[in-house]
Amino acid sequence: MGKTFSEKVMGRNIGSDVVAGQIIQAQPAICMSHDNSAAISGTFRKLGVREVKHPERLAIVLDHCVPAAGPKYAQNHKTIRDFVAEQGILGFHDLNIGICHQVLPEQGYVIPGSLIVGSDSHTCTYGAFGAFSTGIGRSEAAVTWATGEIWLKVPETIRIEVTGELGAWVTAKDIALKLIGDNGADGGLYKALEFVGPIVDAMTIPSRMVLCNLAVEFGAKNGYTPADDKVEAWLKPRLSPERWEQAEFLASDPDAAYCETITMEVTGIGPQVACPHTVDNVSPVEEVAGRSVQQVFIGTCTNGRIEDFELALKILKGNQVAKGTRLLIGPASAEIYREMASNGMLIAFIDAGALIINPGCGPCLGAHEGVLADGEICLSTMNRNFKGRMGNPKGEIYLASPAVAAATALRGVITDPRAL
Amino acid sequence: MSEREIVRGKAWKYGDDINTDVIFPGKYTYTITDPAEMAAHAMEDLDPGFAKNVQPGDVIVAGKNFGCGSSREQAAFCLTANKVGAVVASSFSRIFFRNAINAGLPTIELPGIAERIEAHETVTIDLGKGTLTCKAGEFSFPPLPPEVIGIVEAGGLVAYTRQRLGCADES
Repeated sequence: MGKTFSEKVMGRNIGSDVVAGQIIQAQPAICMSHDNSAAISGTFRKLGVREVKHPERLAIVLDHCVPAAGPKYAQNHKTIRDFVAEQGILGFHDLNIGICHQVLPEQGYVIPGSLIVGSDSHTCTYGAFGAFSTGIGRSEAAVTWATGEIWLKVPETIRIEVTGELGAWVTAKDIALKLIGDNGADGGLYKALEFVGPIVDAMTIPSRMVLCNLAVEFGAKNGYTPADDKVEAWLKPRLSPERWEQAEFLASDPDAAYCETITMEVTGIGPQVACPHTVDNVSPVEEVAGRSVQQVFIGTCTNGRIEDFELALKILKGNQVAKGTRLLIGPASAEIYREMASNGMLIAFIDAGALIINPGCGPCLGAHEGVLADGEICLSTMNRNFKGRMGNPKGEIYLASPAVAAATALRGVITDPRAL
Repeated sequence: MSEREIVRGKAWKYGDDINTDVIFPGKYTYTITDPAEMAAHAMEDLDPGFAKNVQPGDVIVAGKNFGCGSSREQAAFCLTANKVGAVVASSFSRIFFRNAINAGLPTIELPGIAERIEAHETVTIDLGKGTLTCKAGEFSFPPLPPEVIGIVEAGGLVAYTRQRLGCADES
């Protein structure tokens, strides 16, 4: 019997054969954390060890509430900076860098074939680069810092074959929302997801990141898109030759055991919208078109990359955001922000009436920036529309692609971009 | 785990896909660390009466995918801070499941259980025997994997790791 991608990476990590269902003591190549690193450092100090076992395996990115929204957030950041200095952690990125899930691949932490954990649920994003990556909690991040190890169950794998032809304005986000809408937010519970097929092969790296990012909204442990020469072209310039040497492009064997196969024929599928308050409450955009919104947010670790803003500007460039609607633009990283500054995108958005916010998680967390008032509705490109997610349980959130978001900002009501 | 073996308390019933944002809102995740303060915000955006009225040993009963969404560990710790005895659900989101184990909070997976337990009825759970008793009868559940059970028995991951690393118990 052949092996799945996840079995191969986990087996490689511990240096022996593993099968789905087995529990292993993994030694993650990277343990990522963000603003929660202050809390993690507090737990770390309770463990009775003085030093992080492998400081070179930590990546800490300040992104969740940057710059600090108040004294408690400021103290939180300071605690992290002090801990990083004390422990000699080189993999620290302060608040000017961007969202962890964009920063980790950009800054060379993600190596194909490696096993990465992160104390953030969207850590599953790095499957787009051929890594096995999954979210963990804070206490276990502290223990990983202390011991270099964490227990992980080897997941069974669901194979998701995406075939057909994508229609106008239909993106990876729509495929993921359709998958979650059709199969439920627990459709992939505990499982590894493997997205395959001609549509996935043809996707850009940022689009594959969207699929893997949303794996957790399907309940999955990790997501994966087969690593190919696009991954090499994207990552190799960002890694030192020594680190690139460690890369191994692992793929499932043809006779690997899958627990389930889902075939998605996407021909004829239009843009999708997840309605309040769950990600699996999905409707085709035309069914919800016309509902009025007060805020539109394009950004986040799901859809805050250059191709997302390009798509939005196809609709917004030279036009104006509807009166009474606020459009927030959040680049996922400083690198993306810089490119938008040099290629004219920032100016195009400003001229359209958008507000550009700094790279970071921003409105997606509800801690600051872009909190909704009672009864307000936001359409966002983020990954969660849970009650209270944007800081107010009396607000409502719809999720969609950057194309639907831009069309909605233009009209002030949820709008099908195909109808413009 | 003998003194922790029997959980007995009132059932607080909730539905499917209860996410960690409603169990512990994101706006508090970097500003509230004190357990008593965390306890006061438990389930705030779902059931504002919960934190005021929950009693030690009470049991949360839910449908599928309990704890989905953000990895925030406070979703488990705000329940242990309220001395919740266990969470019983048809299924759990995996990160919440891990966090609960790490918090020493018993999680019991029993498909369809929410339909068998009435809101506010008293539920008794024998963690050693692996049985849950309610008005509708007695239900058996499988034990946690052996690799993991030690963490819950130690009272959570911090205590477990200290034992493993040979540190004295925290006072």
